Amino acid sequence: MLNIKNLHVSVEDGDHSREILKGLSFHLKPGEVHAIMGPNGSGKSTLGNVIAGKDGYEVTEGEILFAGEDVLEMEPEERAAAGLFLAFQYPVEVPGVATMTFLKAAMNSQREARGEEKLTTPQFMKLVKDASEMLGVRSEMLKRPINVGFSGGEKKRNEIMQMALLQPKLAVLDETDSGLDIDALRIVSEGVNALRGPNRSFLVITHYQRLLDYIKPDQVHVLAGGRIVRSGGPELATELEERGYAEFLETA
Amino acid sequence: MPAVQETIDQVAAIDVDKYKYGFVTDIETEKAPKGLSEEVIAFISAKKGEPEWMLEWRLKAYERWKTMKEPDWAALEYPPIKYNELYYYAAPKMADNPKSLDEVDPELLRTYEKLGIPLKEQEILAGVRKAGEPSDLDEMGGEGYTSGKVAVDAVFDSVSVVTTFKAELAKAGVIFCPISEAIREHPELVKKYLGSVISPADNVFATLNAAVFTDGSFVYIPPGVRCPMELSTYFRINEQNTGQFERTLIIADKGSYVSYLEGCTAPMRDENQLHAACVELIALDDAEIKYSTVQNWYPGDAEGKGGIYNFVTKRGDCRGDRSKISWTQLETGSAITWKYPSVILRGDDSRGEFYSIAISNGRQQIDSGTKMIHLGKNTSSRIISKGISAGRSSNTYRGLVQASGRAKNARNFTQCDSLLIGDKCAAITIPYVETKTGTAQFEHEATTSKISDDQLFYARSRGIGEEEAVALIVSGFVQDVLQQLPMEFAVEAKALISVSLEGSVG
Repeated sequence: MLNIKNLHVSVEDGDHSREILKGLSFHLKPGEVHAIMGPNGSGKSTLGNVIAGKDGYEVTEGEILFAGEDVLEMEPEERAAAGLFLAFQYPVEVPGVATMTFLKAAMNSQREARGEEKLTTPQFMKLVKDASEMLGVRSEMLKRPINVGFSGGEKKRNEIMQMALLQPKLAVLDETDSGLDIDALRIVSEGVNALRGPNRSFLVITHYQRLLDYIKPDQVHVLAGGRIVRSGGPELATELEERGYAEFLETA
Repeated sequence: MPAVQETIDQVAAIDVDKYKYGFVTDIETEKAPKGLSEEVIAFISAKKGEPEWMLEWRLKAYERWKTMKEPDWAALEYPPIKYNELYYYAAPKMADNPKSLDEVDPELLRTYEKLGIPLKEQEILAGVRKAGEPSDLDEMGGEGYTSGKVAVDAVFDSVSVVTTFKAELAKAGVIFCPISEAIREHPELVKKYLGSVISPADNVFATLNAAVFTDGSFVYIPPGVRCPMELSTYFRINEQNTGQFERTLIIADKGSYVSYLEGCTAPMRDENQLHAACVELIALDDAEIKYSTVQNWYPGDAEGKGGIYNFVTKRGDCRGDRSKISWTQLETGSAITWKYPSVILRGDDSRGEFYSIAISNGRQQIDSGTKMIHLGKNTSSRIISKGISAGRSSNTYRGLVQASGRAKNARNFTQCDSLLIGDKCAAITIPYVETKTGTAQFEHEATTSKISDDQLFYARSRGIGEEEAVALIVSGFVQDVLQQLPMEFAVEAKALISVSLEGSVG
C-alpha cells in the first residue's frame, strides 16, 4: 500500500537548506496500521506533509510509492483522488465556506477525478448524516464555516468525519490525539476503528502512547533524528511511554 | 444547500476563453459623426425625438463640461482620454419601432441569446410593443409566468432594444421603459427628477453623460406598489470606438418597493472604450430601492491592452423619511473602474447600504467605494466591501461617511476586507469619516489577508483542484455580500468570480 524507500527531505532555512528526513524507509501493507512515534522535531509532521504533497519540502533522494504509483509526481488533489488522506494536526480555517459545502466539493471533486458520477444532494445528505452521527458532530456545526471557531476536539472530529466520507485507502493521522480530552479521544478512535478493514491502511503519527491504547497498531516505528531508529510490535509503544525518547535521541 | 456544485458546473461549462462575452456582433449600425460638438448633441437629441427642453439641458451641460477637468485624486493611471476620437451615438439599424420579432435584427437577438438574457421569443414580441397597446401577453401569461421572472430592458450601444413584460408591469402601474421613451411620454416625471440627485455639473464624467446620454432605463413605482418582479437592464457595448453613456433614473414613490438588476458586457477590443453612466435613485417616504449590479465589461488582456474605462456616477437619494436604498455590486470587469455608488440620507430614519465585491486581475485598476451622506435624524448606513486583487492589479476602496450637524444619532458600520492573491497586486483602503454632530456613532473595521498556502493545501489535500480551491476560498470570503444578491444573479456571480480569477494562482 505505502512503500517509502530511503526518503531524504530538506526544507529551506534562511539561505541554506536543512535536511529533516535522512533516509527513512518502511513498508505499510493493505489493512495494516503502523504508528510513527517520536520526540518533537524528529520529522513526524514533515513525513505526513510530504506524503500528502505539501509545498515547501524538497525530496532530495528516495521514493514514496502508493499502491505502486510514485506519489511524488502527483499533485495533492491527485493523491487525494487516488485514495490518500491526511488528517491534519492543525486543521485549517476557511472563513465563509460552510463545512457542508466544503465536504461536497471534496467528495465530488474526487469522484469526478476518478470518472465516477457526482453525488446527488440526497445521496450526499445521507452520507453526511451517517458520518456525523457516528462522530458526534452536531448538524449545526456542518452549517458553520469549516473549522472556524471549532474547539480542538471539534476540529479533530471533523477531520475524522471527512475521512469517513472520503473513504481513503490510506489515512495518515498527524497527531490526531493532540488537544483531545479523554472522551473526544475515545470517539475519534472509535471512528477510526470503524473504518479499519482489509483494504484500508493507517499511518498514525503520535507523540504519546495513549492513542495507541485505542487504535492498536500492527507495527510501531520510532522516528528520531530523521530516521527510523527502531521498529517493533505494539509493545514498543508501551516501552517508549515508560522509558521516554532519551536513549533514541542519543543514538540518532 | 449552498450552490458550490452549481458554481463548478457553470465554470466547467464556460468557454476556454476567459472572457466569454468577448465576441463582436456583426450588425449594421448608424452612427453620429465622430467627436463631440453641439451638432452631435443636437443629432442625438433629434434621433431620440426629444423635446426642446431636453436639448437645452444637454447643451447647458456641454458648455459646463468644456470648462471641467478630470479628477486626479483616484489611484488610477491611464493615458488622456481623446474625447474627440469617440463616437457618441451608435444604433443598430432597424425599423424605428419594431412591432414584431421579424423587425429586430436576428444578429442582435443572437447576441442576447449568447449573453444568456432570459428573453423568450414571446416575451420579446410582447416587449417590443409599446406599453398600453393591446398585447398577446395577457393570454400568453398563465403557466409561463411563474415567480422569479425578470423584466428586461436591453441596451445595445446607444439604444434600448427590447423591454419585456411591459404590459404586465403597466397593470401594476409600474413604468419601466427606455429613458428616451420616458422623456417623450412622461416628461413631467423626468423634468421633476432628472438631474435632481446627480446635478449636470456634478463631475466631469456625469456632466459629459448629461450632454450625450443616449439611452438607459426609466423606472417609476407608484405609491404603495411592490413591483411584482425584478427589473433588469443589460448593457452591451458593441461598436468600435464608441462610448456608452446610459442614464438610469429610478423613482420609488411613497411606500413602494423595487429590486433592480444591471448587467454589462462588451466585446474584446484592442482599443479602450469609454463608459460613463449615471444612475439616479430616488426613494420617497417609506420606499425601498434595491439596486444590484454585475459589472463584467471587457477588462483588457493580461498585458493591459484594451478594456473598458468605466467612469460611473451612481447616487441614491433617500429623500423621504424611513426610506431605504441598497447598492449591491459585483465588479469583475473593466480596465479601469471609477465608481462610488452613494446614498444621501436626507429623510429622517432613512437607511443606506452598500455591499460590494470588487475583483481585479491582470492589469486592472479599481478605485471604488461609496459615500454615505447622513443629513436626516436617526439615519443609519452599512458598508461591506470585499476587494480581491490578483495578478498585477490594483484595487482601492475609497469611502466617505459624513454626518451633518442635524444628523442626530447617525450610525454607520463599515467593514472593508481585502484579499490578495499572489504578491504583485495591491490593495488599498482609504476611508474618510467626517462628523459635525457629537451623537454620531461610526464604526470602521478593515482587514487585509492573503489566501494562505495552508488553506489551499487543506482544500487540495481533500481532492479539490487548485483553481477550484481558490474559487471556493474566495466565495467564502465574499459570502456575506453574495447573500445580498438576488437569487437570479447569485449563481451567475459565483461563476463569474471563478472565471475572473482563472490563472491567478501558480
